[in-house]
Amino acid sequence: MYLDYVIRRFGIMVLIFALAVTINFALPRLSPGDPVEQQLSQLMASSGGQVGDVRAMVESYRQRFGLDQPVWRQYLDYWAMVLSLDLGFSLANYPERVGESIAGAMPWTLGLLGMATLISFAAGTLLGGLLAWPRAPRWLGWFAAPFMVLSAIPYFLIGVILLFLGAIVYRIFPAGGGFPFELTPRADWATVSGILWHATLPALSIVLAQIGAWAIGMRGMLVSVLGEDHIVLAEAKGLTQRRIFLWYAVRNALLPQLTKLALTLGHLVSGAILVEVIFSYPGMGYRLYQAIQSKDYFVVQGIVLILSLSIAVTMFILDLLYPLIDPRITNRRN
Amino acid sequence: MSAPVIEVAGLSVRYRTAKGPALAVDDVGFALSPGERLGLVGESGSGKSTTVLALMRMIKPPGAIDGRILLEGRDVLALSEEELRRARFARMSLVPQGAMSSLNPVLRIRSQFADLFAAHGERADGHRIAALLARVGLPAGVADRHPHELSGGMKQRVCIALAIALTPAVILADEPTSALDVVVQKQVLATLGRVQQEIGAAIVLIGHDMALMAHFVDRIGVMYAGRLVETGPVKAVFRAPRHPYTRMLIGALPSLTERRAFQGIPGVPPSLTDRPPGCPFQTRCPAAEARCRTEAPPARTVGPGHEAACHFAEAA
Repeated sequence: MYLDYVIRRFGIMVLIFALAVTINFALPRLSPGDPVEQQLSQLMASSGGQVGDVRAMVESYRQRFGLDQPVWRQYLDYWAMVLSLDLGFSLANYPERVGESIAGAMPWTLGLLGMATLISFAAGTLLGGLLAWPRAPRWLGWFAAPFMVLSAIPYFLIGVILLFLGAIVYRIFPAGGGFPFELTPRADWATVSGILWHATLPALSIVLAQIGAWAIGMRGMLVSVLGEDHIVLAEAKGLTQRRIFLWYAVRNALLPQLTKLALTLGHLVSGAILVEVIFSYPGMGYRLYQAIQSKDYFVVQGIVLILSLSIAVTMFILDLLYPLIDPRITNRRN
Repeated sequence: MSAPVIEVAGLSVRYRTAKGPALAVDDVGFALSPGERLGLVGESGSGKSTTVLALMRMIKPPGAIDGRILLEGRDVLALSEEELRRARFARMSLVPQGAMSSLNPVLRIRSQFADLFAAHGERADGHRIAALLARVGLPAGVADRHPHELSGGMKQRVCIALAIALTPAVILADEPTSALDVVVQKQVLATLGRVQQEIGAAIVLIGHDMALMAHFVDRIGVMYAGRLVETGPVKAVFRAPRHPYTRMLIGALPSLTERRAFQGIPGVPPSLTDRPPGCPFQTRCPAAEARCRTEAPPARTVGPGHEAACHFAEAA
């Protein structure tokens, strides 16, 4: 029964992936503007029109990137490339490969946004749970109020404020980058602390903006769970408050939060492009932003593809985990 | 008669509301000897469930409990939080109203037994759980199921097994069969009665089905607008009901032998925040007189163990 379920979910994931590849292939070709001509016109502008036979160059570029082939051929080639994990060359930074470009940016994004999201999820969920718990201390409400206010402010505004205060007025933290320029990354404490030091402000802007939202969601869920009959019986059974809170209230209120977490993790890269841009953080969001600005098709495609793939995979993983968290889920269809 | 296991006197539950205090339970008192079965009947909102929750001391603010509840001689309302927690289910257990949703949907039945034992410092082994399930007529395999894999009757049986797990002195059963169909109702009630006798616990059974109740309990209490208007041995109450409300309730029961039009009780119960002066039933009582509108009737003894709160109880 569980196997059926897994196969069904896996099928959905494959379908989403195929759709993503197709849309990803089609979208840039439908958008106005020609990347080759744009690159060449930039080149001409910078060299004062002295570039030789433009027509021949356009042709050779088109050939180089396979843009002279019929569309169906390009589509099949694209699939072949995707399946062999070859995402082509960057147009803007030729001969850099898209794969390398993404591989270089990925760890930064996963580290910064992944950690920031997990921290705000854990802290916000716990905070929200306690806010709804009648026996939680009173001061918690006061403690939580600022986070609720902050959750109404867009994270990039918080980012700008933090940047201004932390890096310009007080100069405690660096204003940008993911790592001190003067260091070469090694597996030592200086490297780790350098990374953390650079990640503090961008991470803080995300955490501050998100904690309130997590807390509000959890608080609402927990309030409705507390009204359920099984809480009454748990209390009548003489269970300890701790057991009731964690295993009867939080455990049952967690499901929607986890769905939201998986979606947030899936959208990690696109969700915080502006934070990476504000802090010139060398992650996928910043790279995507640069690529869109320079009409770097293949990089945009590559990043968007990775993005769709990561969403599909996180949803699949979530689907696998769901039955463990809520036993009612596998059976629902049968 | 041996010493009562539970003695309730002057029990009141008041909720603070925007419209002023709502008196959900008003001056309720009764006592139960070991193994005795008391049934509480009354229409919705008459305070039956609130009474049971008050006995467990589970009324949440803005509600407040007044009066005295002596459980095996100990004052429940004076217990510390920890003492209260330890007394729950160990000395007085609850079979909840919504059996369908009273088990935690994400935990296996086994864990829901295990945490009960753990909370009371007892070891929970598989044999003990299997034996409890067997006592309520369930196979041992149920322990490994989640609640959604069980039928309503099975869930209710699990709740009964939980309620007897620590051999309490009192079982409070809050409409344990209201969510079940008629056939299963009888079976579950029979199971409840059997295990209750086995462990020798007293039981307070709440219901609104007087006929079902009559077969099960020794004594019956009729509640109206938060008050216990009549209590007595079930035979005496059915044979000679002394309170007009009880008479009308019994009169409303369909009969197999007599063919007659179905009878109801006209009117609605009074608002809990705005109670009429005098007798709470005076607005619907066919026999109400001037005195009923000013003077609240005290409980009068009308027979051995039979009391009714009506000015004309003796005359009826």
